[in-house]
Amino acid sequence: MPHIAKAAIKPEKEDLKFGFIKLTDMAPIAIAKELGFFEDEGLYVAAEPQANWKVLLDRVITGELDGAHMLAGQPLGATVGFGTKAHVITPFSMDLNGNGITVAKSVWEEMAKYIPKGPDGKFVHPIKADALKKVVDKFKAEGKPFNMAMVFPLSTHNYELRYWLASGGIHPGFYSPTDISGQILGDVLLSVTPPPQMPATLEAGTIMGYCVGEPWNQQAVIKGIGVPVITDYEIWKNNPEKVFGFSADFQQKNPGTVLAATKALIRAGEWLDANNNANRMKAVEILAKPEYVGADAKVIANSMTGTFEYEKGDKREVPDFNVFFRYFATYPYYSDAVWYLTQMRRWGQIPEAKSDAWFDETAKKVYRPDLYLEAAKALVAEGKAKKADFPWDSNGYRAPTNEFIDGVTYDGKKPNAYLDSLTIGLKGDQKMSGAKVVAK
Amino acid sequence: MSTASEVAPLALTTDAERAARRQRWQMRITRVAGFFNILGLGFAVPLMRIATGESVKPQLKELWTSTGIPLMAIAIFLVAWGFTAPLVNTSLGALPGPAQVWQQAGVLWADHFAERAKEQAFNERQQQRNAALLAKDPSAEVRMRPYTGKPTFFDQIITSLQTVFAGFLFGTLVAVPLGVVCGLSKTVNTAINPLVQIFKPVSPLAWLPIVTMVVSALYVSADPLFAKSFVISAITVTLCSLWPTLINTAVGVASIDKDLINVGRVLRLPWYTKVVKIVLPSSLPLIFTGLRLSLGVGWMVLIAAEMLAQNPGLGKFVWDEFQNGSSSSLAKIMVAVFTIGIIGFLLDRVMLAFQVAFTHSATR
Repeated sequence: MPHIAKAAIKPEKEDLKFGFIKLTDMAPIAIAKELGFFEDEGLYVAAEPQANWKVLLDRVITGELDGAHMLAGQPLGATVGFGTKAHVITPFSMDLNGNGITVAKSVWEEMAKYIPKGPDGKFVHPIKADALKKVVDKFKAEGKPFNMAMVFPLSTHNYELRYWLASGGIHPGFYSPTDISGQILGDVLLSVTPPPQMPATLEAGTIMGYCVGEPWNQQAVIKGIGVPVITDYEIWKNNPEKVFGFSADFQQKNPGTVLAATKALIRAGEWLDANNNANRMKAVEILAKPEYVGADAKVIANSMTGTFEYEKGDKREVPDFNVFFRYFATYPYYSDAVWYLTQMRRWGQIPEAKSDAWFDETAKKVYRPDLYLEAAKALVAEGKAKKADFPWDSNGYRAPTNEFIDGVTYDGKKPNAYLDSLTIGLKGDQKMSGAKVVAK
Repeated sequence: MSTASEVAPLALTTDAERAARRQRWQMRITRVAGFFNILGLGFAVPLMRIATGESVKPQLKELWTSTGIPLMAIAIFLVAWGFTAPLVNTSLGALPGPAQVWQQAGVLWADHFAERAKEQAFNERQQQRNAALLAKDPSAEVRMRPYTGKPTFFDQIITSLQTVFAGFLFGTLVAVPLGVVCGLSKTVNTAINPLVQIFKPVSPLAWLPIVTMVVSALYVSADPLFAKSFVISAITVTLCSLWPTLINTAVGVASIDKDLINVGRVLRLPWYTKVVKIVLPSSLPLIFTGLRLSLGVGWMVLIAAEMLAQNPGLGKFVWDEFQNGSSSSLAKIMVAVFTIGIIGFLLDRVMLAFQVAFTHSATR
């Protein structure tokens, strides 16, 4: 028995409290706990839902939570110093895709006039933001604000919503060091609402649409209050979504714990995607428990089992709506981090121009594929994972891709060139001065 | 009290003796009637009187006014609720009626036992793992950990009760002595009065962020005795609930009969004895009125604080269910609403019982 090598990764801290937000993409945590993957690694984990992303991040930084389900932008934003300044790392990317943009029913009825229909009489997807632009222009002409919501300034949702709007010629607004509302020069006014409150806020008429993870788009369909117009899969095919974050301090003090937790999470991801999503119904049942997501199983199943319901009754196949393991989904690619950083720069959250080298360095400070591979190696050695499932020789950068809704090519190694190729947004030496964009 | 009637064989009891015994019983019933009323067991009094052989008709009338009418009102409320609730269509489906709420109460009850079973399985797995560790390495450090699963509805009730009592107790320890000092000294009273007036109306939602930040900064320990969330909730309860006790105590102390104070002066009682022997006993009724109000306020404040800060307890249960947004969420929240109401009522009754027991006062 080669138990000497094993002794090296004994968890230093075994009783853990992990935070999460009630969203289906917290599934790896629920699965690792319910199926005993955490316990297999000697970890005793309590999972606790948090009120909103801000509370969650603060609690990880103060140590009330040992780790948490996070928006990919949160560890990056915290490390860069947008909002909160703290060093947070991630050894594990939780999933790909899983978000959608929903608009209120009244907005949809206006939009639908401008959306072409296919031969089958159904609307042609993906739906571009040009259709929404007509509605926004009408609001503007009437002097009414067009409010939309996302879940957090550093959220994937914020960047996806902005990306989609900008690709249709709608300006989503800039951030500046003195005005962090993110609404400078915006055609639409984006604000923050916690995910589970999205449908209620839409219903109350405070917002006209939102970008959020599941099940809160499907919930709007079931409630009959809104229509999801596009999924993030159609905005950027297989985009990285949540990550699992630890404070850097915690990782330094408890490297064994972080490794053990990463191992358990990798196994959970693998289980979720195994045999062509064969386990998804079981996962839905677990997620429907009140202590996890808690929404009705049929609502969660709508998106978790490879379909997505747009307008009521218009249910389409989106087999990759939620990806938890395929396509190396759990590997924390530097290029994913760099994309988030480019968007922070694009919208002014990073106020000044940065060199390509800075993007690379910052990504490497936060994303830790080294820890991920160490955990994967241990799993392969224990026979709990297949060697072929991990990108052992990756340099951390995915190949350049143009699978975006606007067809622009993204190369993680050339972030500044990428920023220059986007029409709306800060680029080069531009920065905000008051409510104006100035060069240098 | 050994009387002849008790020793005498039953057959020989005379009518007179029976009448005397009945009267004794009736006196006893009259004595406890007040207490039964306080405990909400008022309906038992007329029944007992009937059992002792009093004429049935007036007792039935009494039973009707004391118990029948409230029961009728509740029945009418339930029927009205049952009929109107389905008419309100929310996005989570129709508003649940009494039947659905009752059913969800059953679900929560069953859920509690399911969770306990899971806890047992968790502990067994732990024991096995520990045994395996020890078998491999006899010097290995093993320990049993508390269950890491979710708290059930009943766990949340207990957490809330512990928190409210902790906050209330702490508030009482501050408010009663301070109130006594205020009542005895006009100067202190005038000095403190403006602060009381300003802080009294502050909502828990305003205190909470401050308390959270201060506790987080000061209460740092690797292995704290109490959970931080517990301390935060309890202090928020204290800050909001101590005012009625403080004000009532001060008023109670200030309005003691001057003769009593003068007697103390004549006897040259030391300060401490004066407070304990004269001031406290004669202001107790008002102190208890204050405590009752404080406990009521504290219970209300606690639920709000738990909802806002996501601290464990009934408030968090309500908020989690609201966020879940499942088809059973509204019914579960209503179960919580009734639970909160009933517990609040019981807490008030307990304080009232204490008040009556300690002060022999008829006023409530």
